[in-house]
Amino acid sequence: MDKQELKNLVAQLLREMDDAPESGPHPADASAEPLPDLGALDLRTAYFVENPADGAAFLRLKKKTPARLGLGRAGTRYKTLSLLRFRADHAAAQDSVFSLVDPGFYRDHDLPFVQTLCKDKDEYLTRPDLGRRFGPEAQQTIRSVCGSNPRVLLVIGDGLSSNAVTANALDCAAAIRQGLQLHGIELGKTLFIQYARVGASDHIGELTGAELVCMLVGERPGLVTSESMSAYITYRPRPGIPESKRTVVSNIHRQGTPAVEAGAHIADLIGRMLEQKASGIDLR
Amino acid sequence: MRETLRSVGIDLGTSTTQLIFSRLTVENTASPYAVPRMEIRDREILYRSPVHFTPLVNADTLDAGAIGQLLTEEYRRAGIDPADVDTGAVIITGETARKENARAVLEAVSHLAGQFVVATAGPALESVLAARGAGADRCARDGGTSVLHLDIGGGTTNLAFFDREGQLRETGCLNVGGRLVKVDQARRVTYVSPVLRGLPAPSVGETVTAASLQPLVTALAETLEEACGLRPATDRLARLITDRTVTLAEPPELLSFSGGVADLIEADRQDDFAFGDLGVLLGRAIRRSRLWTVPHRLGRETIRATVVGAGSYATELSGSTVYYRGIDFPLQDLPSVRLEQGDLENGETLSRAVAGQWALLDQTGPAALSLEGWSAPTFVQVSGLARALAAALEPRLGPEMPLVVVTEQDMAKALGQALGALLPRRPLLCLDGLHVPAGGYLDVAAPVGGGAAVPVVVKTLAFS
Repeated sequence: MDKQELKNLVAQLLREMDDAPESGPHPADASAEPLPDLGALDLRTAYFVENPADGAAFLRLKKKTPARLGLGRAGTRYKTLSLLRFRADHAAAQDSVFSLVDPGFYRDHDLPFVQTLCKDKDEYLTRPDLGRRFGPEAQQTIRSVCGSNPRVLLVIGDGLSSNAVTANALDCAAAIRQGLQLHGIELGKTLFIQYARVGASDHIGELTGAELVCMLVGERPGLVTSESMSAYITYRPRPGIPESKRTVVSNIHRQGTPAVEAGAHIADLIGRMLEQKASGIDLR
Repeated sequence: MRETLRSVGIDLGTSTTQLIFSRLTVENTASPYAVPRMEIRDREILYRSPVHFTPLVNADTLDAGAIGQLLTEEYRRAGIDPADVDTGAVIITGETARKENARAVLEAVSHLAGQFVVATAGPALESVLAARGAGADRCARDGGTSVLHLDIGGGTTNLAFFDREGQLRETGCLNVGGRLVKVDQARRVTYVSPVLRGLPAPSVGETVTAASLQPLVTALAETLEEACGLRPATDRLARLITDRTVTLAEPPELLSFSGGVADLIEADRQDDFAFGDLGVLLGRAIRRSRLWTVPHRLGRETIRATVVGAGSYATELSGSTVYYRGIDFPLQDLPSVRLEQGDLENGETLSRAVAGQWALLDQTGPAALSLEGWSAPTFVQVSGLARALAAALEPRLGPEMPLVVVTEQDMAKALGQALGALLPRRPLLCLDGLHVPAGGYLDVAAPVGGGAAVPVVVKTLAFS
C-alpha cells in the first residue's frame, strides 16, 4: 500500500467514524490530531447498515452478542471501518500471543520466575512438548520454592495470552488464597512460569509431590477479547496423566466471570477436590 | 444437573380465590468448563384449581375457616402434601387486603401452604406477577415493543409497563374493577364500594339496569384510557389511584389485558349481570373504548394471571456463585437496608450510611444489606468493602444473628469469603444477581445446584 492509498484510507475512515454513533469530534486536520482509537468502539452498540428497516431492533439483538453483525457493506466487501477493526482485533490477539509478560509483573508481586525448556516464543509456539518440561536450573528453583509434598500449589503461566495473565491473574490468585484459608489451607509462594503449557503442572507435580496443582493460564485469544484466562486444576498431577483428569474453569475476564469471583469459586472447587481426592471427570 | 422445585401460588383476590401448583426446573446452563450458571429453565403448571368466590363472613371480614377448608381440599384434589412444596407465594390482592382480618388469614394460609411459602401483598408486586403470569414481559421482549399490561380484577386494575427489552419500568394500581358494585338476582344493588364516591354510582337498594349503570362503566373505562395515555388525565384518574399510577414517559406500543374482566371484553354475555356485578358491563365498555382501537392483546392467562404469576414467577434464583455459612434455611421476611454506590466509597461513608439506614428498621431481627457493587472488581476493592461491612454491621447484630449481604453485580462469593475470614463465628449469607429495593423484603430458600445458587422471593410485606 503506497502513501497516497494510506492517506485516502485514513480520510475515508474518519468520514465513516463521523457517521457512526459514539465517535469523537471530527478533527479538522487529520495529520495534526491523534487518530481515533478503532478498538475503543464497542461493537455491540454500533450498527452500520445504511437505511435499515428497523435499526433499533437490530441494535437490541446486537447487545446480546459480540459477533460482527450488521456491518453493512460496500459492494461485495466490508466497509473500511469494519476491515480495519477486524485487523486491529486480530493484531491485538497476535500481540498477546507473541509478547512476553512484563518482568515487572512477577518481580513486583514476589512471584518466583521459572522458564520451561523453550528458549523463545517461536520455540514455545512450535514445540508444545518443550512447554511442559523444565530444565535442571528451573527444577531446582521449583523444588526450593514449593518444598516437598505441599497440599496445593498455585502457579501462573503465560500460556497463549500475556494480556490475560496481566489483566486477571493477581486478583484471581488473591481470591483463591483467601478462599483456601477458609478451608484451612495456607498457600506458599505462587510461581510465574514463562512459556508455559498446561501440562507443565504435571512436571511440577512430579518434582514436588504436590497433591493438587492449580495453574492460571492465558487462553488462546480470539477476536472478542485477548484477556480471557483459564484455571486448570489437576489432582495428583504427573507426566502422562490423561487430560480428562483436569478440571477447567474458563472464560475468566471482565465480560465473563470476573477474576475475583472466579477465584472464590476455584477455592471452593479445590476444597471439594481435596475432599473427593479427584479432579476432571472423576469429580462429582 | 437438573433439579425441580414444586411451587404453589395462591391468590386471595377481591372476588376470587385460586390456587395453582407448578414445577420449576432448575438447570445449569453454563458449559461444564465454566463457572456454573443456574437458571429456572422451565415452568410447568401441574394443577389449576377452579375459580372460587372468595369466602366472606360479611363485606368487611374474610371467612378464615372456609378459606382454610377450600385450600385443604384443593391440596387433596391435586394430590400434593404441603410438606412437599418447596416454594411459592400467597398473594392477597385488591380490596381483600383491606379486610379486617386479612393479616391473620394470610398468616394462617401461608402456614397451611408449605414451609417456604411467602405471604405477600402490595399492588406493585401484584402488578408484576399478573403481567408475568399473562406473559406481557415476554411479549415485549420477543416482539421488541413496549407493553402496558392491565390486570382488571374485582377491586382493582394493576398496571405494569415493560420497555422494548421486557424490562419492568413502572407499576401502578387503580380502583377500577368488576365488583365495585354488586347486585342480587332482582338486580337490586347490595354493595357499592366506597372508592366510587364522586362517580355516577348507584346506591345500595336501588334497582339497576345496563342503561342506568352505563355512565358509571363508561367513566371507569375512560379512567383506564387516561391511565394508558389515550385521553388527557383528569381528577377522576387522580381519585381512583390507590397508591400510584404509571407515568409513561413514552406511550406504550401495545396494551395487554388480564384479570376476570379481560375475559368479558370479547366474549360478551347475553346476561348483563351474569356474575351479579359490573364485570359484563365493564368488559363491554372497554371493547367500545379507545383501549380496543389501539394495538392490544389478551394475556396468555386472563383470570388466572395473578395466581400463575404467584406460583410460577414469584421465585427467582440468585446468581450462581454465592456464599453461606451457618445459615438455617429458609430465612423469611428479611427487611432490606439499601446502600447507594456513593456509600461504598470508604469505611466512613459506609458506616454512616449503615447507621442511618439501620435506624429506619423497626425491628431487631436480621436484615439484608443490599447494594449494587462493581462489575469485575479488584481484590483490594472487595476486601476493603468486606472490612467496612464487618466493622459497620458486627456491632449491630445480636449473637447468632446472620449477616446478610445482597449485591447486583457478580461478586458475592468473593465478598462472602472475605467476610468469612474476618468474622470466623458469624453466620453469613452473601448473594448476588439480585436487586432488592429499599423497603423490599427477602425470603431465601435452601440452596440448589449443589449449593451454587439459592431460590429467593423479593417482595413487599403484606401489612406494614
